[in-house]
Amino acid sequence: MTTSVQQISVPAGAPTEAAAVKVQTPFRRFLSDFFESGTAIAAFTVLLVIIFIAVVAPLISPTNPYDLAIVTVLDNRLPPGTRNLDGMTFWLGTDGAGRDLLSAIFYGLRTSLWVGVMSGLIALCIGGTIGLIAAYFGGRTDTLIMRIVDLQLSFPAILIALVLLAVLGKGVDKIIIALVAVQWAYYARTVRASALVERNKEYIEAAICLALGHRRIVFRHLLPNCLAPLIVVGTLQTAHAISLEATLSFLGVGLPITEPSLGLLIANGFEYMLSGRYWISFFPGVALLVTIVSINLVGDQLRDVLNPRLQR
Amino acid sequence: MSVFIIRRLLQSIVVVAVMSLLVFFAVNVVGDPVDMLINPEADQAEIEKTMRAFGLDRPVHEQYWFFLSNAVKGDLGKSFIFGEPALKLIVERMPATLELAFAALLLAVVIALPLGIYAGLKPDSKFSKTIMAGSILGFSLPTFWVGLMMIMVFAVMLGWLPSTGRGETTSLLGIQVSFLTWDGLRHLVLPALNLSLFKMSLTIRVARAATREVVHQDYIKFAHAKGLSSRRVILVHLLKNIMIPVVTVLGLELGGLIAFSVVTETVFAWPGMGKLVIEAIQNLDRPIIVAYLMITVLMFVTINLLVDVLYSVLDPRVRLQDVKA
Repeated sequence: MTTSVQQISVPAGAPTEAAAVKVQTPFRRFLSDFFESGTAIAAFTVLLVIIFIAVVAPLISPTNPYDLAIVTVLDNRLPPGTRNLDGMTFWLGTDGAGRDLLSAIFYGLRTSLWVGVMSGLIALCIGGTIGLIAAYFGGRTDTLIMRIVDLQLSFPAILIALVLLAVLGKGVDKIIIALVAVQWAYYARTVRASALVERNKEYIEAAICLALGHRRIVFRHLLPNCLAPLIVVGTLQTAHAISLEATLSFLGVGLPITEPSLGLLIANGFEYMLSGRYWISFFPGVALLVTIVSINLVGDQLRDVLNPRLQR
Repeated sequence: MSVFIIRRLLQSIVVVAVMSLLVFFAVNVVGDPVDMLINPEADQAEIEKTMRAFGLDRPVHEQYWFFLSNAVKGDLGKSFIFGEPALKLIVERMPATLELAFAALLLAVVIALPLGIYAGLKPDSKFSKTIMAGSILGFSLPTFWVGLMMIMVFAVMLGWLPSTGRGETTSLLGIQVSFLTWDGLRHLVLPALNLSLFKMSLTIRVARAATREVVHQDYIKFAHAKGLSSRRVILVHLLKNIMIPVVTVLGLELGGLIAFSVVTETVFAWPGMGKLVIEAIQNLDRPIIVAYLMITVLMFVTINLLVDVLYSVLDPRVRLQDVKA
């Protein structure tokens, strides 16, 4: 994949860029392709801001929403923009327990992103390895692994996650386990599909003829050439994981009350919704939506750029 | 044809057996079976009696056999909360969930299929681009949050539609349904739309992709060339040929609709089996969880089987290939 990118001809309508293109590395080429679309730039910027907020949440939040010394029930359910007696302004209002919603959203983003990214990475490692093994060894191993993958994918993700959480209980570690169990099959299938194509190419044959170890061939030769689809699926699956975590937490089977993600914040606001206090559910939902949409848009653009068949 | 069906049927039976094994191990090996099967408030004598009744004092393989033979007889234990057989409770709530799922499926076909075909026929028009942007949004929006917003806008702010429950139901062939009364229909609209949103986005994408492929085929060009109206070309020649991917996706997604109705039912307080199982998980009412799982597994396997058979009817190449292999 990386070698073929260099050979692709320069876009016809850009003669002035010809000099610059000569020194283009595959990575630069990828960057310029990626930032060609305005939507992708916007989505990427938003995503960076969200990640930044999540990382430095304790430093930039107006208050610590889980410090019981600061939070007072007297401030509960204030509409957005209200000032309380201490002169503190709640830009997005407060929730049922008197916590500043803006701070709660910052902390919630932190939890949601952590769960999504961690589960995505672990599932990528496990699923990727299993997919590579299936494609490399083929035969019975392949059939057995793919039967399991197909069986799992024929059941909806939410059902499998619900079952696991019903057995495991609540907690950040448990929801990560459940999300990994749900997602590994997607990675395995993706990697297997591209590894099957690579498996029959000459360089793998050459590596086998050199009598290199299986592990070396799989991870040093096969894996780097299957990375592109893996990255794309990884991005889209992370968005999916964040959404699924929020759903499970909303249903009350995901995270415990002590570590509220965005889904739990939305669930907390549900009971106030019917009395017209929309903001407690609305703003965490907007934060969740912006996160998921921006990750999906970045993932879509990655797919277009990394797919060799769509190369211009 | 019958070879094909028999082979698929055998595969399905294997899947059900494997799943029953997994459910059994989830309940009996990962978790403590005494915790899971016996009411936490039971006294020692009662615990021992139940342990013997479930065969928990026997080796594991005999226990599995016990579980399986009870399950085949339709005995999946009694609910701790309701004190009634778990299977009966699930089956009682099944019509509500199925009604919701089919209503959502209907909406996806009636609304999304024409939109998808339109977007495929005129990929560059503004309206098509709006449709596709909408479908991306439909993929990204978390179902439960959309449900909340629907309640906020249509029930709280505008006051047009009710937000909870099933409304008035009437009996149709002995099953309680709500779509036959005006009140029930009003209650059905928001949950069905909410549940359908994700499937609509999916249907739009599949229909658009299939249409774009089919529209350039020679037989479509020929149909135009021999002077058929575009209406007939689209409704007969095109529609027939895009139905294979659409039926596959919709059929397989029916299982997804039933599973995802857990979310919609919780948001809209729809008295279906999804709401029952969420409450059971929160109350640790294990027999209901096990019964729900076995029923849904059975449903999924049946749906997959039916889709496969339907698929082979729509596209003879599928079954011919399978028999040859």
